[in-house]
Amino acid sequence: MKLDPKIPSGPIEEKWSRRKGEIKLVSPANKRKYSIIVVGTGLAGASAAASLSELGYKVKAFCYQDSARRAHSVAAQGGINAAKNYQNDGDSVYRLFYETIKGGDFRSREANVYRLAEVSGNIIDQCVAQGVPFAREYGGLLANRSFGGALVSRTFYARGQTGQQLLLGAYSALCKEVGRKGVELYPRAEMLDLIVVNGQARGIVVRNMVTGDIVPFLADAVVLATGGYSNVYYLSTNAKGCNVTAAWRSYRRGAGFANPCFTQIHPTCIPQSGDYQSKLTLMSESLRNDGRVWVPKNPGDKRHPNDIPESERDYFLERLYPSYGNLAPRDISSRAAKRVCDEGRGVGPGGRGVYLDFRDAIKRLGVDVIRDRYGNLFEMYERITGENPYEVPMRIYPAPHYTMGGLWVDYNLMSTIPGLFVLGEANFSDHGANRLGASALMQGLADGYFVIPYTIGDYLANTNLSPVSENTPEVKDTVGEVKQRLNKLMQVGKKGSRSVDYYHRELGRIMWDYCGMSRSEEGLKFALGKIRELRARFWEDVRIPGDANCLNQELEKAWRVADFFELAELMCLDALERKESCGGHFREEFQTEDGEAKRDDEHFAHVAVWEFQGDDKPPIRHTEPLQFEVIHLAVRSYK
Amino acid sequence: MKLYLRIWRQKDRNDKGRFVDYELDDVNEHMSFLEMLDVLNQHLIEKGEEPVAFEHDCREGICGCCSLVINGVPHGPWSKTTVCQLHMRAFKDGDHITIEPFRAKAFPVIKDLIVDRSALDRIMQAGGFIDVRTGSAPEANSIPVPKHVADLAMDAAECIGCGACVAACPNGSAMLFVAAKISHLGLLPQGQPERKKRARAMVEAMMKEGFGGCTNYRECEAVCPKGISISFIARLNRDFLGAALFPEGGGGKREQKSLFK
Repeated sequence: MKLDPKIPSGPIEEKWSRRKGEIKLVSPANKRKYSIIVVGTGLAGASAAASLSELGYKVKAFCYQDSARRAHSVAAQGGINAAKNYQNDGDSVYRLFYETIKGGDFRSREANVYRLAEVSGNIIDQCVAQGVPFAREYGGLLANRSFGGALVSRTFYARGQTGQQLLLGAYSALCKEVGRKGVELYPRAEMLDLIVVNGQARGIVVRNMVTGDIVPFLADAVVLATGGYSNVYYLSTNAKGCNVTAAWRSYRRGAGFANPCFTQIHPTCIPQSGDYQSKLTLMSESLRNDGRVWVPKNPGDKRHPNDIPESERDYFLERLYPSYGNLAPRDISSRAAKRVCDEGRGVGPGGRGVYLDFRDAIKRLGVDVIRDRYGNLFEMYERITGENPYEVPMRIYPAPHYTMGGLWVDYNLMSTIPGLFVLGEANFSDHGANRLGASALMQGLADGYFVIPYTIGDYLANTNLSPVSENTPEVKDTVGEVKQRLNKLMQVGKKGSRSVDYYHRELGRIMWDYCGMSRSEEGLKFALGKIRELRARFWEDVRIPGDANCLNQELEKAWRVADFFELAELMCLDALERKESCGGHFREEFQTEDGEAKRDDEHFAHVAVWEFQGDDKPPIRHTEPLQFEVIHLAVRSYK
Repeated sequence: MKLYLRIWRQKDRNDKGRFVDYELDDVNEHMSFLEMLDVLNQHLIEKGEEPVAFEHDCREGICGCCSLVINGVPHGPWSKTTVCQLHMRAFKDGDHITIEPFRAKAFPVIKDLIVDRSALDRIMQAGGFIDVRTGSAPEANSIPVPKHVADLAMDAAECIGCGACVAACPNGSAMLFVAAKISHLGLLPQGQPERKKRARAMVEAMMKEGFGGCTNYRECEAVCPKGISISFIARLNRDFLGAALFPEGGGGKREQKSLFK
């Protein structure tokens, strides 16, 4: 596998301009001759599909939901970063770039991150023009708030529904193009495999989720914007349908999978309340602007939180990280919460929780200001827990939320399969080993609005594409393989005894215990054995009622979980081989005296890229060395 | 707690459908309503029966997937709450609960509790947008928007497109849905150039899809999980009327469109 990141030459501020200047363009008359498939209609997918259609390409867009507007970007709460410096507080493209690299614990690619910071301002312009109702000051100009890991206030927001509003903006652009007949939209359609012809990505195999039909769709390039894989843990903040299938099937067809062990555990989620629990709900990081995180000083203190006096509270984030306080980055805050709970100081059922307390903020600002800022989040908390956070501190605990790892892409966002582009959370490129809050929305829209429209044209203009049809042998073979796997699942499913959810839950438990917030060589090796064992049982014993030729939610889940099993193994392998701690990847063997992550830049300042070798052979680990030309590698401190 | 469930089962679009009764013993008050259905489904799967199909995804009240009518009320007994955020605290031991899909002429049932709401997407495709090309936007702060206007636009923009308004309306009207989008975009300076065109196109698309008209029952507002006000429907009416009486380029050569064609 050749890993050429194709980073443009020259100083970092000029790289993107240079690339845009040197790429080959497709003439307007020829654009309509090219067809592009976009899978996923979240921020990255919808913005890409709309923008490519505006340019004149024929676009087909697919999503598994009943409407493109429901993709899980919709659930992002807090905000989107942009280096506008509207606050006059010292922000700049360079500072956003620097904080993102540092936030990622120096494991992301400089050139990509710089470009992300560079186009961040355009995103806000674009969204405002679409009618995204961002929060505003009384003077009518845009408001900002602060997020973790940043020393400036650069986060734009729309109440606690920023993701929803940005997605509705991208969705409206998509609707416009569907109305103009530039985009053909296929909802309730799930990509089950990638079609590769002559080494080029030329289409996808799709299951119509209503009729069960297995149909190939062909194109000149394929864009995956299919999100992350946190659902490998079963319980996560992702939507129930989020899955790794599109990325995983592409990996099996030759796309390198980068840093699969880089997962983000978000510190502020509502703790689990029972075994029936189906998902975990995030409480926006923006709450840490005004909420203070604490646990009792003494282990086993069972008093009501309001009865615990100030002197017996440990505001551990403020104590450990005085310069960032409650706005320490996610990986750091999550681990700190885990540590205090491990010490027996956790609160709530099972001792797996810490308080997020607004008492002081309410005293300082008044209850109306707090309601104005976080009202809908407080309501959501109360609906789920039955507790009123205006009076009793919230209880929160870390939960799987985002995956920094994903398919490897070069600077042009193309994977190791020519013609297969990967955007948003599905790729690996911008967040290193830990993503900062409010940067996922930024990346999704940067990729979709401002990167792919340029780079995909360069690929199409420079590539010879042979004609393909449903009769091309590779197309027929791929469709055949999909049908075969489906039949196998259905055959097992007719006789099996345990539900898909049972297996998924068990897999999630293994991953959370051994490849979650903290990992060790011993644990990972143990997990690998357990995963293989469970996977073998799944393929003999899973129960799938109903038929394949109609709407069948158990079958949908079974296919996704089958892929999660394979991914889980790769995540553990990757975590095992990365013998250092960085960002969200914490190896117990590699930590400082005070329990912080200890990087090993000499041996691991690289991207680990895995190449599939077949079901019976272990994958090969390649590396892309990370060159830090601008930023000096340093110990990541938030103290 | 123990519950007596009466659930609508329908194999596919062509099946007539029927209610089926189930008893469920092990329900905990901390469960969400959908988790209660998960538990039922696990039992059904173990017994070799087909689980109840229902639409769901984010389970945090924002994607707009869930589409159940519980004891006759879309999204169930709690106000401003989607089904996924409804918790079993709302019920007590021994309760009888009837669960149906959203019902409307424009929402055909696909299976069990899942309906086809693609009509709402087609209304959006007809005009629910501001026509701005990627890359052509002016600097974001070049047009100030008064805070109260932005806030009101946001109130309308919160619509999650679930369709409960349609399911609750005796006329099967999508007026609240359309009004929310028209108000959101029509309130903002960015939405002015296409304001009339948008109102006309979206209302025409709505009527073509078989949704009814608004006769002020206000059921939509009562069940809307985001509490969207019917005063937005007044805005819609004003924009639509304005579009009909005073079309863009009024007095010019442009052909006058009739109010209801």
